[in-house]
Amino acid sequence: MAKIVAGVATSHVPAIGAALDNGKTQEPYWQRVFAGYEESKKWIAEVKPDVCIVVFNDHATAFSVDVVPTFALGCAAEFAPADEGWGPRPVPVVHGHPELAAHIAQSVILDEFDLTVVNNMEVDHGLTVPLSLMFGQPEEWPCKIIPLAVNVVLFPPPTGNRCFNLGAAIRRAVESYPEDLKVVIFGTGGMSHQISGPRAGLINSEFDKAFLDGMSNDPQKIIKIKHVEYMREAGAEGIEMVMWLVMRGALDEHVRERYRFYTVPASNTAVGHLILENPSQMAAE
Amino acid sequence: MQPIEKEYSDIPGTTVFDADQSRKGYGVNMFCMSLLKEANRKAFKADEALYLKAFKLTPEQTDAVLNREWNRMLELGGNIYFTAKLGATDGLSFQQMAAKMTGSTQQEYADMMLAGGRSPNGARTKSEWKK
Repeated sequence: MAKIVAGVATSHVPAIGAALDNGKTQEPYWQRVFAGYEESKKWIAEVKPDVCIVVFNDHATAFSVDVVPTFALGCAAEFAPADEGWGPRPVPVVHGHPELAAHIAQSVILDEFDLTVVNNMEVDHGLTVPLSLMFGQPEEWPCKIIPLAVNVVLFPPPTGNRCFNLGAAIRRAVESYPEDLKVVIFGTGGMSHQISGPRAGLINSEFDKAFLDGMSNDPQKIIKIKHVEYMREAGAEGIEMVMWLVMRGALDEHVRERYRFYTVPASNTAVGHLILENPSQMAAE
Repeated sequence: MQPIEKEYSDIPGTTVFDADQSRKGYGVNMFCMSLLKEANRKAFKADEALYLKAFKLTPEQTDAVLNREWNRMLELGGNIYFTAKLGATDGLSFQQMAAKMTGSTQQEYADMMLAGGRSPNGARTKSEWKK
């Protein structure tokens, strides 16, 4: 049987990808950011997941304003890194797990989460930067990746509560898949940031730290945060944090916080990162 | 009909990209989207005004694009993730665009970020933002 052993939350700042791709990781500014992921790279190399489900958002790359799906699950065998205007990132092609993805799609739709199935999608920094942070710069990504795109570009995104419940449905789907697979789920984006308009540059470390605490100890509290509160307190684009709640919903009520990292800034953004282990599933190891 | 009051309209310095804005800015955003292709970036750079004619932009939107009025593009229905592609075509990073939208120099903006960013205090509502 497949099982979700842990959740990873991380920001996906595009400049982090650019710093990696342009060999700037040793500059003090970027060293501060990358140093925060050294432990995490060791952790995931030890855990060796077979599959990572990466909850991310597309930044007007695969989805324009023609069609905006709220939840879209990548069911293809491959996802190519996209050209976002600066040329594609020099990172490996992402290999999916079409069978597990198809099973998840079927399971959650029948569980009343009406997500969109995607068979052709290029992936942008929202997906590839978290992979780079966790896996470094390998020739090939070391596991299969199932992308789950959440709309956070066109207001309103799904609520935190809806995201959390979808996470729980994804867990049920994974646990009903017959193959023995070790799965890690990523919630990406955030933390506080605003990159648009005269209020750009907003950072709210107090909000972010309370959110990190809530992810660890009190998810029922943070799933109630309203969209207007995210935008007012954590910046217009800080609303991306709802994506972390999909990950949290796929874990046990009580989790073990294995690792936490927080730093300001990376470009326009507060960087937050958590590793939460799922005690009931890790124990079976 | 009275316009529907939106609770997020009180957030200062922020245009929330909702379905109304998305309808208004369809042309701007689809133009920006076209810049994901290298050939289109070249064609746009060769003759910007001519290139824009292929998209349904209002005269105001056309001016905002040609003059690189980044905040105005957002007000007229553009979305930052789309306008960023125009920024990329000009060789601008997200941080350089953000500096322009806040009316700061790149150095001033980068310094503000290094010092912890813009505080939410005084930036939560339009009434406190003016002071």
